[in-house]
Amino acid sequence: MNRTLKYTFYDLIRSWWCYAYFGFYFLTAGAILYLSGDANRAVASLMNIIIILSPLVGTLFATMYYYNSREFMELLLAQPVRRRSIFLGQYLGLAGSLSLSFLLGLIIPFIVLGFFGSEFGNFLMLSITGVLLTFIFSAIAYWIAIRHENRIVGFGIAIFTWLFLAVIYDGIFLLILILFEDYPLDKLTLGLTMLNPIDLSRILLMLKLDISALMGYTGAVFQKFFGTNAGITIAFGASALWILIPVMSFLRKAARKDF
Amino acid sequence: MIELKKVTKSFGKQVVLDEINLNITPGSISAILGPNGSGKTTIIKSILGLVIPNSGEIYVDNQPTIHQWQYRSKIDYLPQIARFPENLTVKELLALVKDMRSQESSEDDLLKRFGLVESVDKKLRNLSGGTRQKVNIVITFMFDNPVLILDEPSSGLDPVSLLTLKDLVLEEKAKGKTILLTTHIMSLVENLADEVVFLLEGKVYFQGTKDEIISLTPASDLERSIAHLLSNSHQEQPVSANQMEESYE
Repeated sequence: MNRTLKYTFYDLIRSWWCYAYFGFYFLTAGAILYLSGDANRAVASLMNIIIILSPLVGTLFATMYYYNSREFMELLLAQPVRRRSIFLGQYLGLAGSLSLSFLLGLIIPFIVLGFFGSEFGNFLMLSITGVLLTFIFSAIAYWIAIRHENRIVGFGIAIFTWLFLAVIYDGIFLLILILFEDYPLDKLTLGLTMLNPIDLSRILLMLKLDISALMGYTGAVFQKFFGTNAGITIAFGASALWILIPVMSFLRKAARKDF
Repeated sequence: MIELKKVTKSFGKQVVLDEINLNITPGSISAILGPNGSGKTTIIKSILGLVIPNSGEIYVDNQPTIHQWQYRSKIDYLPQIARFPENLTVKELLALVKDMRSQESSEDDLLKRFGLVESVDKKLRNLSGGTRQKVNIVITFMFDNPVLILDEPSSGLDPVSLLTLKDLVLEEKAKGKTILLTTHIMSLVENLADEVVFLLEGKVYFQGTKDEIISLTPASDLERSIAHLLSNSHQEQPVSANQMEESYE
């Protein structure tokens, strides 16, 4: 696993994508931190960008990389190595290189503009959420790609999954809340939040950042139900499951697949 | 050295390998021939464990291979399509494969023979298709293992490199290796193969020497005999094929 991880990482960290991704976060985080005097508001804006963009880039990058390395995979699979270690190594190399681009793009503006010390807690939470989302969505995309030989179909489903979790899900969520407002919805709200990694990250960040005005109904329920610390732990646990389940699923699929 | 027992593989409803029995003679060069879609690549991939058969058994060096991975250390494989991670250099790619196999390798001489010495520091995305195929060949031949599997080794090669490849294959055979190759280039079969395995509709239609295959048909050379078999096979069903197969067992 380590060997595949190492070379996937080497390959990707030098790709145009990683530079572009780094550049985007570097410029955006820099501009937002520099232009808005209020650190809290800057962090909230960054949060909104990270929870939408990291999943999208993770999805696109993982699908593209899987399909691009399809032929090379045949050479790797013919080596005396377990399938599981090849796929796990490739996934970790992929999510790792993307996370590194993201982290560097975020940390440099924080340090250069002098926010690193004062806003360390917030910075840490933004980084963790971004990295978690990258790992979650690359795993989901990888799983989708490995299940579909046809790239167009694979791409389509991966993008739709992102769109669904990032946009459509919240719409349906809201609709349910409005339609059933006469009933107690606390537990349903909790359940629905756990089922969407993007919502989970949003809550994770809001609980930590304590931006009560932005918290909304789900955040309030979460905090009321679990309190801040237990809420954060549970949100983390659920996010970990969101990595674990797709990873296990794609490894299972990879073990049985014909290449 | 390589043995397939009743190996069946289907993709959906399409049966690609239909209870195939095959025994590859150790120390020889065997060419797997057949029309497009006859299951050549599937056989090779089944031996390597890339494709998992629905039923049957495969042995390499008397060890069962299905769901195993250690046996692959005995096989050097040349895949049909040479595509590699774009941002790695040739040198890094060679290092990767060496790292994965943890075996002794001797690539310097091969790089020289294929004129790749100047390209070792180039990124793989900047290489032409033919050059990538040469890199592919170097990766395959730089190790010294008893089995060599070549899937369409000649694709995209210029005539000089093709000659070098032929020499290489013969040198490896001289070392006593068992070599399995698929190709559509008949001259390669004529020059290299000791044995021909002819696949048709998922079955072994014929296995024997080049002379035997020629004597089966009115044609006088291998290329025409194969063409004859191919054109006849479209008219007949492999009933006669089975009889022919039996007569050679």
